[in-house]
Amino acid sequence: MAESSWLTEIPQLSRGELRDIRKGLDGLYRDFSREYGDVIESLFDPLLTFLVWFEKLLLATPWWLVIIVVTGLAYVASRSWKLSLGVVISFFLIGYFGMWDDTMRTMSIILVCTLMAIALGVPIGIAMARSDRVQSIVVPMLDIMQTMPAFVYLIPVVMLLGIGKIPGVIAVIIYAIPPVIRLTNLGIRLVDKDVLEAATAYGASPRQRLLGVQLPLAMPTIMAGINQTIMMALSMVVIASMIGVKGLGQPVLKSITNQYFTLGLLNGLAIVALAIIFDRVSQSYAKRSQRHMEGLDNG
Amino acid sequence: MANAEAQPLIRIEGLYKLFGNNPKKYMPLVHQGKTKDEILAETGHTLGLKDINLTINKGEIFVIMGLSGSGKSTMIRHFNRLIDPTEGVIEVEGTDVMKLNTQDLQDFRRHKMSMVFQRFGLLPHKTVLDNVAYGLSIQGVSKSESSDKAKEWLETVGLAGYEDQYPAQLSGGQQQRVGLARALCTDAEILLMDEAFSALDPLIRSEMQDQLIELQEKLHKTIIFITHDLDEALRIGDRIAILKDGEMVQQGEPEDILLNPATDYVEAFVRDVNRARALTVETVMKDPAYRITADTIEEALKQMKGFKEDYGYLVTDEGYQGIVTEETLKEAYAEDKSAELTEEHVESVEPIAQDAVLETVIPDTLDSDYSLPVVDEEGNLTGQLSRSTLAEVLGSEEESAKDQAETPPEADKDDTQEEQPKAS
Repeated sequence: MAESSWLTEIPQLSRGELRDIRKGLDGLYRDFSREYGDVIESLFDPLLTFLVWFEKLLLATPWWLVIIVVTGLAYVASRSWKLSLGVVISFFLIGYFGMWDDTMRTMSIILVCTLMAIALGVPIGIAMARSDRVQSIVVPMLDIMQTMPAFVYLIPVVMLLGIGKIPGVIAVIIYAIPPVIRLTNLGIRLVDKDVLEAATAYGASPRQRLLGVQLPLAMPTIMAGINQTIMMALSMVVIASMIGVKGLGQPVLKSITNQYFTLGLLNGLAIVALAIIFDRVSQSYAKRSQRHMEGLDNG
Repeated sequence: MANAEAQPLIRIEGLYKLFGNNPKKYMPLVHQGKTKDEILAETGHTLGLKDINLTINKGEIFVIMGLSGSGKSTMIRHFNRLIDPTEGVIEVEGTDVMKLNTQDLQDFRRHKMSMVFQRFGLLPHKTVLDNVAYGLSIQGVSKSESSDKAKEWLETVGLAGYEDQYPAQLSGGQQQRVGLARALCTDAEILLMDEAFSALDPLIRSEMQDQLIELQEKLHKTIIFITHDLDEALRIGDRIAILKDGEMVQQGEPEDILLNPATDYVEAFVRDVNRARALTVETVMKDPAYRITADTIEEALKQMKGFKEDYGYLVTDEGYQGIVTEETLKEAYAEDKSAELTEEHVESVEPIAQDAVLETVIPDTLDSDYSLPVVDEEGNLTGQLSRSTLAEVLGSEEESAKDQAETPPEADKDDTQEEQPKAS
């Protein structure tokens, strides 16, 4: 190559060098996963046990009982007859079109993922809100998690843990956790400084401030984050099915490869129905719990 | 006013606050006497407070006043260390607040001081009752006990029946009453009030001021009150400190500040004050020069010879009796040279009380042909108040000086003079 070529072409590693780097890193990671894969997998055993148990529970429960319980929860949360009726109809239709078992599996994994995302995300969000340093570290990580194509982080997860529920759950959580972290952080940071100062002036300890003032006042924002997390977890169902997560995603995947239009549409609609139910119920619950903010403009 | 048995409760000495990234490093500049602007330009640090020294006595209402940016809100946050000073001593009941550790500071805030905020600072997600009980619940007092106490205080501030409302459902004035009840509910000895009434409209504000004064008469708290409103400061303050650009400009009793402003800055403040409402008769009256203590008319006439005016105030052992004029006395003297001075010679003129607010005595003073006698609670003559004195105090200083020199005190003239300060 001529000396001046860097002006027209970007300086580049040679093919051989690139291959060596790839091979080296792949080899390192492979060795790592061979060495520690089992240990790490065993760490997730309790979670797997719970997942399997919960899925079996949902599948073993008679369909009418599931509908009654879900509708009951929806009504308690939203106090809306319309919404509850919608829940009954959509679940009935889902069963009628032969998607009951897949829906139960999807629901179980979504619920577990959401609970895990909240359990991990809210504390991380709180830590971010308390320290600018933590925030400056976590924000770029969240950016990466949200923009990195899901397939890319599926690869190392599968290499490490193989195919199955646990890698699926991890992938879903990585994809779905950023909103709840971001909005917890934001919600706490937006809490009225005057109110917080008042709490401090009356001698509230950091713990009393967090539990008594910051979290309750940030709750609407945190709820919005949880809502987003649920939605994103649902949209991840299809991709997770590629690594062996059973549920509504698998028929969709099958329809893509075999061009079954109707099967894909029906299962897709079932996912949408679940999404709408989760969304409306969590939102109306959030709204109801903020009743006392009404009339704020009167003063 | 509790100055007689003044007992210092809070002492602040050499307090400095420099805002910025590295305040300690630039403190020498402050001590060199550089101004706030110079320091800001040189170092990017803002001088919040400069060499504040003050003592606050037990049971008094101490008002810190200044315009926005004068450092008054920074100042009040030093008392409970919501802001830490860069240098200086803060002592409450002999304890150095700066030496408290986190736990002790928390206890100190819980038990010693409570605070009322300009923008209320109520917890929007709690009911009014829970808001009032907040201080106690933080202390770990049982729910039933704190609720009972909170109910009592809500009743005291006139909000009984609002227990289960949320703050957002109340008006601004009501919300601040909740804030006040919350502050009182912890039984803290010291009450910090940060522009507590500034966000309220004028009518509600004066209502709240009255309520505060009324409560203070019962409770005898030590109140530190921040305001930008001199009228408010004069109305409720036992002592007033005026801040300007983080420096203490003047400290003193309200009358002191009103009548002897220390700097042009204070004077500019004082100029707009409604003096008629801020001052009492006692502070402006003149000594009673025309005192007549005679038993007979002859004696009385003799005493009157020394007077500039042709009348005097008759004073006996029972105090002030009324006014006697030279004319009446001369007539009586012409009739009977050795007559006793009796009631028929005395014109009864209603005296004014020395602790009356000036505004209330304006009409009487203007209507009367004489300088009005001032009496204390026992009826003893303690002073006199003339139209010209009134005009001098109420009008701006140059004007009234001129008026006094040029014009005799005519009723019409005084009327217009009296109206001037009101119009301004």
